[in-house]
Amino acid sequence: MKPGSLSAPPATPLQPSLYKIVVEKLNLAYSDGKESLRDVSLFVPANAISVFFGPAGGGKSSLLRTFNRLNDLTDVVHVSGHVWLDGVDILDPRLDIISLRRRVGMVFARPVALPMTIRQNLTYGLELAGQQYGARFEEAVENSLRAAALWEEVSDRLDDPASSLSGGQQQRLCLARVLALEPEVILLDEPTSGLDPISTEKVEASLQTLKTRYTIILVPHSIQQAARMADHAAFFLEGELIEYGPGRQLFVKPKDRRTEDYVQGRFG
Amino acid sequence: MTTADLARRPNVIPTRRRRWVQRTGFLMLTAATVLTVAPIILIVGLILVRGLRAITPEFLITFPTDGLRAGGILPAIVGTLWLAIGTAVASVPIGIAAAIYLAEYAPDNRWTRSIRVAIINLAGIPSVVYGLFGLGLFVLFLRLGTSILAGSLTLAIMTLPVIISTTEESLRAVPNSFRVVSISLGGTHWQTVRRIVLPQALSGIMTGVILGLERAVGETAVILFTAAAVYLPTLPASPLAPTMALPYHLFVISTQVPGMPIGIQYGTAAVLLIFVLGLNLIATVIRSRARARRQW
Repeated sequence: MKPGSLSAPPATPLQPSLYKIVVEKLNLAYSDGKESLRDVSLFVPANAISVFFGPAGGGKSSLLRTFNRLNDLTDVVHVSGHVWLDGVDILDPRLDIISLRRRVGMVFARPVALPMTIRQNLTYGLELAGQQYGARFEEAVENSLRAAALWEEVSDRLDDPASSLSGGQQQRLCLARVLALEPEVILLDEPTSGLDPISTEKVEASLQTLKTRYTIILVPHSIQQAARMADHAAFFLEGELIEYGPGRQLFVKPKDRRTEDYVQGRFG
Repeated sequence: MTTADLARRPNVIPTRRRRWVQRTGFLMLTAATVLTVAPIILIVGLILVRGLRAITPEFLITFPTDGLRAGGILPAIVGTLWLAIGTAVASVPIGIAAAIYLAEYAPDNRWTRSIRVAIINLAGIPSVVYGLFGLGLFVLFLRLGTSILAGSLTLAIMTLPVIISTTEESLRAVPNSFRVVSISLGGTHWQTVRRIVLPQALSGIMTGVILGLERAVGETAVILFTAAAVYLPTLPASPLAPTMALPYHLFVISTQVPGMPIGIQYGTAAVLLIFVLGLNLIATVIRSRARARRQW
């Protein structure tokens, strides 16, 4: 990819309006100089799973945390470029970050159940938004739990502490907690890295269902998962976007030598 | 060196000697523990055994008579209660607010670091200095006189460092991941502090508050300068009235009254001790209950 140019959009015919997020020449640096992004440009299509993968420290998480401005909490010394969400630049300092974060939900690597009941975990975001407890809450609780494939397991103990759930259940609770806010984009940063294979499968299956309604961006915890899940895949190496395209193409016939080496396990 | 190498090494120290070293070591550690605990048990035991004999319902609800040599200690108990309440009212809100600022909002720079150092140093200042400070500022300059209010405010200043540091510590102990999750769900910083951090830190905060108040309840030098009277025929009518108080009363009847019956001294000491130990017990119960409930 030539620096400064937008990377080629995915080969599948997509309408421009289907690009939920457009990243344009994004540069980012932290004060400790650890991870950074250099001149990253890409399109994230709606209603599909986009996978950001590559070795650790490549900038995948930084990019993810730019999409909901969670980087504001860390020591970012430099940001330039644009990130358009539905045509609005979310790096604009005047942006309402709170409503951005309601539209762009995030699931973290380690499941963090908030120290309250299962039900309260799910309604927490709605309460923050100032909504009054009511029938809509009950609906949100059930719908989000069903979407995260957790309803059957917890429907009879919604008022138990969330910490009583297993790790895999807690991670699905975290996904449900994001879904309860009815976001438009879901960011997942290695969501299954701490989970057993069965829980991993459940999470992956619900993501496959969810993608019809949401824009999903996944940083996978393995190349296998990247290959399984990617409708579109972006390969990051040391802060640069090396290659971006339809998932199948990247994993079967990568264009760049470095992508090929990584996908075939020659480094990283 | 691998484990196998270690296993092959001949015993450098003979077995008998090692056993001796082991046994002596244990003995010394046990002795140190006994030396620490024994005086506490002896003091508390002596005061309770001798003091409880003097504590009758009458002792608790009547005024002292005959130049403090007879009667009860009601005004001292009431005075200490008022001082504790006044201290809590003055110090708890400010202390908790300051701790929230330091733990959640303050940037890490020279200014906030020097605030922290100041707080730690304040905790180490001798109480008599606080007492003189209170005398100068509240009693004389602000013309509050020797009063419950002046005493409470001075005790509050003395208690603040304890409350601030324990509260800040328990706020910091709340895992940061909770904050990040709350903010990622569209929470503001304050919503996150109020709904997640404070409830989780509450037991630690209460423990700190109680430990701080315990210090205030037992304090003598400060109230000597700012609040206390040797004898009052009535209970204090307003916060601007002087008051009797347990620690000061104990000081007076132990050193200033000739021919003082020793039973009353022990009784007063026991009441004060029960006050302080009671607060301590409450703090312990809160802490252990919270620990059992904690989800992280």
